[in-house]
Amino acid sequence: MNINGILQIVVYLAVLLLLVKPLGLYMARVYEGENVVINRALGPFERLIYRIAGVNPDEGMTWKTYAVAVLVFSLISGLVVYALQRLQAGLPLNPAGMSAVSPDLAFNTAVSFMTNTNWQNYGGETTLSYLTQMLALTTQNFVSAAVGMAVLMAVIRGFRARSSQTLGNFWVDLVRGTMYILLPLSIILAVALVSQGVVQTVADYKTVPVLQATTYQVPHLDAAGQAVKDASGNPVMDTIALTQTTIALGPAASQIAIKQLGTNGGGFFNANSAHPLENPTAFSNFLELLAILLIPAALCYTFGRMVGDTRQGWAILIVMTLLLTPFIVLAYSAESNGNPRLTALGVDQTSSAIQSGGNMEGKEARFGVANSALWAVTTTAASNGSVNAMHDSLTPLGGLAPLAMLSLAEVVFGGVGCGLYGMFIFVIIAVFVAGLMVGRTPEYLGKKIESYEMKMASLCFLILPLMALDATALAVVLDVGKASVFNPGPHGFSEVLYAFMSQADNNGSAFGGLGGNTVFYNLLGGVVMLFGRFWMMIPPLAIAGSMARKKVVPPSAGTLPTHNALFIVWLIAIIVIVGALTFFPALALGPIVEHLMMIQ
Amino acid sequence: MLKQLRPALLILAIFTVITGVLYPAVITGIAQVFFPYQANGSIILKNGQPAGSALIGQSFDDPKYFWGRLSATAPFAYNASASAGSNLGPLNGVLTQTAQARIDALRAADPGNTALVPVDLVTASASGLDPQISPAAAEYQAARVAKARGLDIAAVRQLVAQNTTGRTLGMLGEPVVNVLQLNLALDDRQLK
Repeated sequence: MNINGILQIVVYLAVLLLLVKPLGLYMARVYEGENVVINRALGPFERLIYRIAGVNPDEGMTWKTYAVAVLVFSLISGLVVYALQRLQAGLPLNPAGMSAVSPDLAFNTAVSFMTNTNWQNYGGETTLSYLTQMLALTTQNFVSAAVGMAVLMAVIRGFRARSSQTLGNFWVDLVRGTMYILLPLSIILAVALVSQGVVQTVADYKTVPVLQATTYQVPHLDAAGQAVKDASGNPVMDTIALTQTTIALGPAASQIAIKQLGTNGGGFFNANSAHPLENPTAFSNFLELLAILLIPAALCYTFGRMVGDTRQGWAILIVMTLLLTPFIVLAYSAESNGNPRLTALGVDQTSSAIQSGGNMEGKEARFGVANSALWAVTTTAASNGSVNAMHDSLTPLGGLAPLAMLSLAEVVFGGVGCGLYGMFIFVIIAVFVAGLMVGRTPEYLGKKIESYEMKMASLCFLILPLMALDATALAVVLDVGKASVFNPGPHGFSEVLYAFMSQADNNGSAFGGLGGNTVFYNLLGGVVMLFGRFWMMIPPLAIAGSMARKKVVPPSAGTLPTHNALFIVWLIAIIVIVGALTFFPALALGPIVEHLMMIQ
Repeated sequence: MLKQLRPALLILAIFTVITGVLYPAVITGIAQVFFPYQANGSIILKNGQPAGSALIGQSFDDPKYFWGRLSATAPFAYNASASAGSNLGPLNGVLTQTAQARIDALRAADPGNTALVPVDLVTASASGLDPQISPAAAEYQAARVAKARGLDIAAVRQLVAQNTTGRTLGMLGEPVVNVLQLNLALDDRQLK
């Protein structure tokens, strides 16, 4: 670690926290239907959308109607993304001539994008046409994010309501979140990214000469497409001269802006934000990093403002920040220490004024270890899942940090909207446990927490271990599961564990060595993502529906305040105990064993 | 359920047009008007002809050129239409073998050099297309390049400095040397 690296992390967190209040306030006003500058211009257009779609914007929905609307919209979204991938060969804007995506991969990708996961079993520049990237993926990046934020708004209204049946209108929340929050922010970010060198064109891939001509070898294939072997069984190789290279281009900046802001994470290119045309400079990296946590952080303030007590929002934001920071330090220090196996070969991994040093495998020179470690932890804290370094090549403890963030169920910032309503589940558990200890009925924001709310909360926090651990167990006992593992030993186990934790959390990042594009992983992963999204979404809506009907109890001497330091520490303890105890055995088999092997 | 079907279909259709067509089209328009160089891949022109991209690395193994990061793209290194990292775990034997092979190649090209090898020269980048190396990695190679070209090392170091980018605002990122631009500059200098 060095001073400059620490400074970059501190500046990042400071800028993020400074933006929380202005953006949070703006979002609260958007969802409350108050006048903001932009809706004076776009208001008529918003009302036109409601008229075309047959929506009465003043009609409130019960929690069940709200949930049905979410499910119908998501299902149709998934079908459209699936269809576009299957038909892309015959559709326009396909200059690279991409063929139809296979059914299992198309299913996985469709679920991945409708659930805001953006798990990538496809390689962007080798699989998808420009049209699929734009119509299917960019659109879902917006609307799946707006769905998460809409559900959060419904849940917040449930906490706030006084003896009410309704939680607002899903269609209105969806339209406003997309038009007034995600679109304007994306336009600003996309233009800023282009100025740094992110590509934005619909022209064909560009072929350029290389300065030094080289050669490379590929296996010689016979007429049937099989590799030919010589008498001693070695493959026969063909030598090919390389005098030019083809650079993949595309309308990347517009997609990258929203994939960062909407905690989506699905890259335009296979290497995601490590690709120099997706994240070309230190400044573009800073902006993309900021975009990962911006909306999830600001929503805490939105929440506080909407329930009429901003201290409640700040308390939750402090909990999130305090849970995030130690893992950034862990990842940064582990990556800075480098790889002892390389030191033994006579490699210089020390940090100095002229090199970042540390474990540079799977990292870009312009980012170094500090920005790569910071990104790895923030992208797994939020359910973003974009990467600027390859997580599979992190040191064991460097890889433990993102795995630990995934095991905290994506409530430390988390996905846009879903992170905060996931956090409410832990808040409910925290006040319930505290209530048990002192023998009082637990309350949150003046509403009693009773057995119905606790049952729903339990359903929520059981889903992540149920999905992630069972799917991992299945994959590591079946041959079809083991066949995709790339690295030997405990690291290979980490690859599988990471894959299913990431998908159950709707995160989308990966230990990329795992060959995920098989029928087994595509289908099982798709199912895990579906449960991870919707099983986490329905119970909070049910809780909100129940809370909305309750009367407000005035605070008394026995009420546990939920905005002070005591509660902050208590909530952190509950999150760590639930998350850590559930996943510690699995983490011990992966990164912890690997670390012990590395230092012996 | 059926009552929600109409708004679901129509709102998705409307947003497919707005966010999937209009939004990328508007950004493409702004990008092509105000940032045409960046938006089209930062292509370097030499005598009016494209000579690579300032943001996409290329493969070098000639002693007279600076070498970049290792690249794990298939089927050849620095394949700019199939970005990829090696995904090798830290204890994977292939990682140390690949690093050793690079160290051997560096030593063979520069027999007298006994310095420790900067880590970015023996590791594969995340994208496989990293256009840059650390100033330490450039300094490690400067004497070799100077010797292979019959240049004064001070002249080579000067070109390295000209192709080095410091931290943004003195703080963000890491200082880096652009390998392709440095090698193009070296070739230019010799032609004069």
